Amino acid sequence: MILKSASHPHDGPLNDTEVLRIRNDFPILETQVNGKPLVYLDSGATSQNPLSVMEAEQEYYEQRNSAVHRGAHTLAVEATDVFEDARSTVAAFIGAADNELVWTQNATAGLNLIAYSFGNASVGAVSEAAKKFALAAGDEILVTEMEHHANLIPWQELCRRTGATLRFIPIHDDGTLDMSAAATLITERTKVLAFTHVSNVTGVINPVAELTAMAHAVGALVVLDACQSAPHLPLDVKALNVDFAVFSGHKMLGPTGIGGLYGRAELLDSMPPFLTGGSMITTVTMEEAAYLPAPQRFEAGTQPISQAAALAAACNYLSETGMERIHAWEAELGQRLVKGLEGIEGIRVLGPPSGVPRAGLASFEVAGVHAHDVGQFLDAAGIAVRVGHHCAQPLHRRLGLNSSTRASTYLYNTTGEVDAFLAAVAGVRSYFGVEGAAV
Amino acid sequence: MSALDSLYQQIILEESKTRRGGDLRNDQLDGQHLPANVGQCHQLNPVCGDEITLRIETADSKVSGIHWAGDGCSISMASASILSDMVVGLDRGEVAALIESFREVMRSRGKLVADEEILGDAAALSGVSKFPARVKCAMLAWVAAEDALSQTL
Repeated sequence: MILKSASHPHDGPLNDTEVLRIRNDFPILETQVNGKPLVYLDSGATSQNPLSVMEAEQEYYEQRNSAVHRGAHTLAVEATDVFEDARSTVAAFIGAADNELVWTQNATAGLNLIAYSFGNASVGAVSEAAKKFALAAGDEILVTEMEHHANLIPWQELCRRTGATLRFIPIHDDGTLDMSAAATLITERTKVLAFTHVSNVTGVINPVAELTAMAHAVGALVVLDACQSAPHLPLDVKALNVDFAVFSGHKMLGPTGIGGLYGRAELLDSMPPFLTGGSMITTVTMEEAAYLPAPQRFEAGTQPISQAAALAAACNYLSETGMERIHAWEAELGQRLVKGLEGIEGIRVLGPPSGVPRAGLASFEVAGVHAHDVGQFLDAAGIAVRVGHHCAQPLHRRLGLNSSTRASTYLYNTTGEVDAFLAAVAGVRSYFGVEGAAV
Repeated sequence: MSALDSLYQQIILEESKTRRGGDLRNDQLDGQHLPANVGQCHQLNPVCGDEITLRIETADSKVSGIHWAGDGCSISMASASILSDMVVGLDRGEVAALIESFREVMRSRGKLVADEEILGDAAALSGVSKFPARVKCAMLAWVAAEDALSQTL
């Protein structure tokens, strides 16, 4: 049973006092780095784990470890229950039915699964039902200019294999999507529209429902990269009406090595498999095989069972805290970040200015100081941020940069931490001897 | 001196802005059709995007010129600048020994103290060896120089 935010005893908004209590569940946040208390502002890359997540994984290995979906012994049955209960929990967390959630290694693996399955539908003899996924010369796959490489390169490769053409919706200077260009680019030729829900660089939140309606109007399939949204805001894939969505466990308080792929049941059941082998078949002869329906159809080989149990514990932790409350708290932290950065000379924030809704993160350029040096300086103060291109080279190039520094928050960050980060950033340019107005 | 200050010594911050040798032109970046006494190498650190294209010219088996274009952190740019000031006039053996000595210090994880007699201003980069994630930044130009020189006759 998942507790939704509405039923949670703490109905008011999150505040620093409650966040301090939340932090007690995350032992790693007590760490000292370079003699300073750790200020962890890199949750956009990977989040930290509460005790309940680590305990779920340990409990599985201590009490239930066994092979799932095979074997008649007691442990095998219990392990299968853990595994499938975890699926129900995580599926409910994103508003999906149990059979619509496929375990993957992470979001990257989920996107590759979709792209390779479409590719498999495009060559050789395929079933009538699978033909709707086939791509050929003249067809178009549409992405956006703000995509993470994980939602770009699999489509580049799919186009290379099938002869389809890759196009992209450009962004405005403030990082938001050019919706009038989208209206022109989404045509009868568009077969797939793949885009991110929330930009991992600018924090821009894309208008999913609007884009999805435009794509469906021309019969295109919609693939949503929910990597930066599933952990941070209430996600309901049915309400958004997308056809596929992917996310990574380690960005949402879960362990590494597990993620999820949502697909509408009728699509998953007719899509050709990607990885093949054990556990995903019905009848096998020396010549051919018949496949199980989803989700098993896409889960060849032994699955990440303890990780599934731990990811379910992570979803429970998030639901019990309340996704609406987490979203509101991070929105507040995001605005505090941007507003603070805007007040520091020589800083350019990527994405929308303060006052415009964004996720709880901010990437920025420091005039005269390379992002790598900024990150090193902040690390000496115990502050963990991400530096580089954040796996979004085309977006950085579009904004006239090679790299940037990103601070990204989560439910366990306090306003005090944001302020400590801002105070440290204010000292960067003088340390590197580039004071004065930006050139 | 804090670890951070040992990494970012004054000479490094200055060299990262001076960028000695950083005068390779855009139209020279492709490195096509170079004479036999000229070698050129492009190095990229995909992790952080640090990038350098470095050209070495030789005459009478000695380095007669070094030119580069690059974009990167202060460590990578200072390292290229310091290298450029050191190699002109050295023969192949001397350049190879210099690069090897620098590499040894960089890979020492802070255990080796650079010999200023051998490494000159590059000894100021010793602090980098305590930061494994930054060693590649410091080595970028040196690896490029090693490869560029190997292309020359």
